[in-house]
Amino acid sequence: MFTIFFFLSSGLFLGWSLGANDAANVFGTAVGTRMVRFRTAALICSVGVVLGAVVSGAGAAHTLGELGAVNALPGAFTVALSAALTVFWMTKLKLPVSTSQAIVGAIIGWNVFAGFQTDYHTLTRIVGTWVICPILAGVFAAVFYFIFKAFIENSRIHMIRLDAYTRWGLILVGAFGSYSLGANNIANVMGVFVPVSPFRDIHVGGIFRISSAEQLFFIGGLAIAVGVYTYSRQVMKTVGSELFDLSPVAALIVVLSSAIVLFLFASQGLKLWLESNGLPSLPLVPVSSSQAVVGAILGIGIAKSRRNIKLNVLGRISIGWVTTPVIAGVVSYVFLFFVQNVFMQKVFISP
Amino acid sequence: MKILNRSQQVVGEIESFWDAIGKAALVFRAGAHDYFENRRDRLTVRLEEIHRLENEADSLRRTIKHQLYAQMLIPESRGDVLGLLETSDNAIDRTKKILNALDIEKPEIPGFLKDDFIELSDISASAMEEMGKAARAFFQDIKIINDFINKVYFYEHEADKLEEHIKRKAFESDEIEWLSHRIHLRYFAEKISTLSDDAEAVCERLSIYAIKRSI
Repeated sequence: MFTIFFFLSSGLFLGWSLGANDAANVFGTAVGTRMVRFRTAALICSVGVVLGAVVSGAGAAHTLGELGAVNALPGAFTVALSAALTVFWMTKLKLPVSTSQAIVGAIIGWNVFAGFQTDYHTLTRIVGTWVICPILAGVFAAVFYFIFKAFIENSRIHMIRLDAYTRWGLILVGAFGSYSLGANNIANVMGVFVPVSPFRDIHVGGIFRISSAEQLFFIGGLAIAVGVYTYSRQVMKTVGSELFDLSPVAALIVVLSSAIVLFLFASQGLKLWLESNGLPSLPLVPVSSSQAVVGAILGIGIAKSRRNIKLNVLGRISIGWVTTPVIAGVVSYVFLFFVQNVFMQKVFISP
Repeated sequence: MKILNRSQQVVGEIESFWDAIGKAALVFRAGAHDYFENRRDRLTVRLEEIHRLENEADSLRRTIKHQLYAQMLIPESRGDVLGLLETSDNAIDRTKKILNALDIEKPEIPGFLKDDFIELSDISASAMEEMGKAARAFFQDIKIINDFINKVYFYEHEADKLEEHIKRKAFESDEIEWLSHRIHLRYFAEKISTLSDDAEAVCERLSIYAIKRSI
């Protein structure tokens, strides 16, 4: 049991880091502007993330598995650790970084090390999603901006009442955002462990089954929740004050838009429904919640005035699409070499 | 649900505050008419009303301030709202001070200036009424706020012109014997006109706040 948890620890660390940093994308403005108390935000966020991870986490994790099915537990440990350390270092150096992009780079590093062919079709799909994600969030935010603006201007809601509705809205949208974050980003935390899950399916009275992946996602969700409770408070306050220029309604639009985007890239049910109705669907891929938020903020800025296009922000994001996976891939390759040759662990099983 | 109930209460208090501002403008107008049309016995009643309205507005302002901070309402525009309430409260103070000064100093208004003083009081009271409407629009219907703000600017400009007109007449007329009398009339023309300046100051703030309020 200790060995299992030791090998899972790198994924749990990634989960903790995700909870510490990315919960701020969902509740940062609400807590930073004191519209919602941290205790309330942390509870809703934790429950939402765990639910999202267990109920809807499988889709995005499956896509990561298509990119590279890490087939040995020590290998999965090393891949997750490489991604985690890449995120840690790049954050320290104040470089734009995303856990989703780091884990993809680390998996490709494993593919190269193990001599497996990377599925370029899946890779193209994933990279394409990174580009679409902030754009889509921006489009949603711009559309919501016009809808909310028209509604507020024509409904003659008193400022104080609007404040109360916005608080409720921030809590509801925050819950949805937390669910989407768990559903989409659990693949980053536990996705690489799915093919080598040390757990067995649990059958509860023959009524329902808790799969090994769901158990992994539950543990990963708990790690995210611990990150939320232990470290996100300060990050939320920082994010809140950085985004203070946004009005609470605009903040609500940003969270709603990015949550929808994360949900679209995570929900199998929605994908099936769209496909069964002959509508275009999106691939289920882990995306960056931070980049979705930045995309949404830019979307509102552009909706207000076209002069608000900040090319330097877009430039920083697009640089991250290349640098993060490349650095994570190299780190992963080097770490796998050490784990295999110094610690004598089997990091992959030859077919 | 608690927050909706609490916000309902604050909405009621803010509405009552603007009611007090609107009533004070009406009482001021009536009080000025009473004085300039020689019904000076009624001025005491008007002054009592203004005192009551001023106390009510002060108390509401303090309650609203406390509620906004204690319940952490409208964090992004709390400072603006409190600034707005405070500057608007100055306008009620001004109406009280003008009526008080009329009651204590009892300026002697020559017949040829009576209508001008009545008109100046009406214009200043109108500026204050429109200011109250602009403030209500700020809270509830931001689209129409500029209609009221523009009216306030218009009345303030008119008040300035009339104030100058009164001063010129007072100093050029041969009917007024004493310099002290002319200076006294100038003082009251300026004092009454200041009410429209107060309304303008509130609207200057409102025009900025309105931009900030847009999502």
